[in-house]
Amino acid sequence: MSAPQPLCGMGTCFGCRVDGVRTCVPAVPRPGPRRHAPVLIIGAGPAGIAAAEAAASAGAQVTVIDNNAAPGGQIWCAEGRTLPSGVQLLAATTVIAAADAERALLTAAGIISYGRLILCTGARELFLPFPGWTLPGVAGAGGLQALAKSGLVRVDGRRVVVAGTGPLLLAVAAWLRRHGAQVVRIAERTSWRKLAAFAAAMPQSKWGDALALGLGAGPRLRASTWPVRYTPGAVELNSGERVACDYLACGFGLIPCTEVAALLGCRLADGAVAVNEWQETSQPAIYAAGEATGIGGVDQALIEGEIAGLAAADAHEQAAALFTSRAEAHRFRRVLAAAFALRPELTQLADADTIVCRCESVSLAQLLSQPNWRAAKLQSRCGMGVCQGRICGPATATLFGWPGAAEPVRPPLFPVPAELLA
Amino acid sequence: MSPRPDVVIVGAGMVGAACAAALAREGLHVETIGEPAGGATAAGMGHIVAMDDSEAQFALTSYSSRLWDALDLPPQVERERRGTLWVAADEQEMAAARAKHSFYTAHGVQAEVLDERALAGAEPELRAGFAGGLRVESDSVVYAPAAAAWLARDVPHRAGATAVSVAPRRVTFSDGSSISCGAVLVAAGVASTALLPQLPIRVRKGHLAITDRYPGFLRHQLVELGYLKSAHGHAAESVAFNVQPRATGQILIGSSRQYERADARIDSPLLAAMLRRAFHYMPRLAQLSVIRTWTGLRAATPDSLPLIGQLQPGPWVAAGHEGLGITTSLGTAAIVADQMMGRATAIPAAPYSPGRAVA
Ligand SMILES: Cc1cc2nc3c(=O)[nH]c(=O)nc-3n(C[C@H](O)[C@H](O)[C@H](O)COP(=O)(O)OP(=O)(O)OC[C@H]3O[C@@H](n4cnc5c(N)ncnc54)[C@H](O)[C@@H]3O)c2cc1C
Ligand SMILES: Cc1cc2nc3c(=O)[nH]c(=O)nc-3n(C[C@H](O)[C@H](O)[C@H](O)COP(=O)(O)OP(=O)(O)OC[C@H]3O[C@@H](n4cnc5c(N)ncnc54)[C@H](O)[C@@H]3O)c2cc1C
Repeated sequence: MSAPQPLCGMGTCFGCRVDGVRTCVPAVPRPGPRRHAPVLIIGAGPAGIAAAEAAASAGAQVTVIDNNAAPGGQIWCAEGRTLPSGVQLLAATTVIAAADAERALLTAAGIISYGRLILCTGARELFLPFPGWTLPGVAGAGGLQALAKSGLVRVDGRRVVVAGTGPLLLAVAAWLRRHGAQVVRIAERTSWRKLAAFAAAMPQSKWGDALALGLGAGPRLRASTWPVRYTPGAVELNSGERVACDYLACGFGLIPCTEVAALLGCRLADGAVAVNEWQETSQPAIYAAGEATGIGGVDQALIEGEIAGLAAADAHEQAAALFTSRAEAHRFRRVLAAAFALRPELTQLADADTIVCRCESVSLAQLLSQPNWRAAKLQSRCGMGVCQGRICGPATATLFGWPGAAEPVRPPLFPVPAELLA
Repeated sequence: MSPRPDVVIVGAGMVGAACAAALAREGLHVETIGEPAGGATAAGMGHIVAMDDSEAQFALTSYSSRLWDALDLPPQVERERRGTLWVAADEQEMAAARAKHSFYTAHGVQAEVLDERALAGAEPELRAGFAGGLRVESDSVVYAPAAAAWLARDVPHRAGATAVSVAPRRVTFSDGSSISCGAVLVAAGVASTALLPQLPIRVRKGHLAITDRYPGFLRHQLVELGYLKSAHGHAAESVAFNVQPRATGQILIGSSRQYERADARIDSPLLAAMLRRAFHYMPRLAQLSVIRTWTGLRAATPDSLPLIGQLQPGPWVAAGHEGLGITTSLGTAAIVADQMMGRATAIPAAPYSPGRAVA
């Protein structure tokens, strides 16, 4: 890339101005009137849309808020989706903090109180540091896709290497090719054996299509392969191969977005929002569905969203009828986790001077002497920056096994002008 | 196991760390327990400030300031000699500024009264129309967690140990084990009362907000003169304008005080009131991006002075430093060390004697 990249490309830096596409974009605050939503849904991805449809069909009055300009979430954000009529959408609206009263949220559009709340906040990518990963030209897999969708970078005719792990890589590779990019290499760190087992266990879903498309990449796909170093214009893989490219798009899996849930005191388990059979969290009247409850793909998001929407509208009988389908989706969740579990090699990629915390420029060497995440934060500023550790927290949790490194962020969930908190 | 320590310090915040360093310098074998860099220490502002609320408070804060000045602090402590600018909103507060000025100069602290114009020149972002202010050159700013870690760097620390009870020469841990030692020093901040219920310490919660980087926006630590009413009054809840430029270019916005709230939860109406107070003084703060807010717990005493010395009979205590414990940690440590070594203290220590407050 010629001009220095003004964006982190990771989708979390909040420096982005990619309006309406990335979850990292803090919506411009438009302080509005105080309003009430009998059923309030955060997130208009597959889970949020399914929840809205279900709750509305059961007669509830539904409001959906999402920080993107249009409904669709991570997967449908380009083509756009519509919400059922009667459902109120507050687009480009971010949840910022808990508000002054019980059952109320401070959002970029003012304070919204709710009767029932459904958290459908989705997932973001996990990044692991390797030498060169902070250079211009390197972006998240979903991040590059989003930058391209928004027109901020052009991928047509550009050589792209897609690297890391998980079905998202294949989906992104397929998308990039459809948009004119030359996908010169897909480096998937999982083995052929596991990929084959995954493909065999795959239900008919978006992932299935994506995998087919990705496998169409044929010889360009390498298994048991990952990036070990990026230098401007080329990536070096663990196989020793050096691949020239204009962009390296990487991602090492997805992690649930649990910030809003944690803010409201919902119990987390294994980094995801813990829910009961009705998709209800440990906090009464607060439900969660989709990737926020654990990475399982779009089918899981749809079925969990539907159950949550029905349960929140007190249509428990209808909700219970869907439990079998949900169990099927959860089986896929386990298949996913088994196929793309991270391997120890990936935690050894960073050099002493590789930056781990991008916001505060904290290197691996500065972290090696720290006994835990708290000390790392206090003594090295790791995770103290604008993204509040959304990138380096999960990375250090993976690298060092630090419990709490992926701990909830503090309000405001996104940087906001001080006046919004006053 | 290591030899029986001379002193076990319960607490590894700013006060525990400073005491550990001072006692180790005396050649004593010291061990600390507790979360390194502490509770309040990780949450506070790190303003090193001479305070003239009472003679005893002035004595301890100015003594401590001189001890801070004498330290050759490493870069990570981010010491900046910013000075304090006390802002006088009106003529009444201007009179208070002048009184403060005579007190400081009489006690050898450099201070300068600023009129309306000089105030605007010193801090251009202040709203126009304030009566003036008082600049105290010698005050500074530090990053307390790094200061605590640096001071205690050579002192053995028992990671992960939590004390459940203390005796004059023994500390018992939550796993049932215990350690005997020459003396116990409780420097556990607000948690000190869990070990020594007789201490008259109340929790006084505070909120802070930190902005993104705006280098040059502020020059001094700025405090409204009305702060003294908030800090030293005993209203259930109060806010005051108190902002600090960090070495990173970030700005810390304070302050709030709230009795008997021991949870970490953000109280949004109080946070809002605190921010509005800040905007009242500095309107453009409202547009700056806030990246994080949090709370911390101060250990308040009835007379606003810390508890320093040996309980009779019983362990030693260094706690109750309210909103000044970063500043007064060094003076506290010097007093503890002098007393343990049987020397005269550099400043009279009677006002801080825990015996004054404990029946
Ligand atoms: C970068 C990325 C790209 C992906 N691309 C694909 C793909 O191409 N194909 C595929 O099958 N799967 C893809 N996935 C996987 C995807 O997560 C699931 O397939 C599915 O979209 C999950 O649905 P969901 O409703 O749970 O979450 P999402 O679709 O992620 O929707 C969550 C929504 O909540 C909003 N939100 C979150 N927090 C807040 C807040 N505080 N305030 C306001 N709004 C908020 C988000 O902006 C988002 O719109 C991708 C995932 C990621 C992270
Ligand atoms: C918002 C705010 C702003 C402030 N601003 C300033 C300022 O600008 N200037 C200033 O001088 N002061 C300021 N202060 C005050 C200052 O932060 C405190 O006075 C100081 O940090 C107290 O230090 P400490 O070591 O006594 O307590 P803490 O830092 O609270 O440390 C207590 C220690 O005791 C340990 N502990 C507790 N219980 C146990 C147990 N049972 N077993 C083992 N260990 C235990 C803890 O783990 C910790 O290590 C501020 C405070 C707040 C809250």
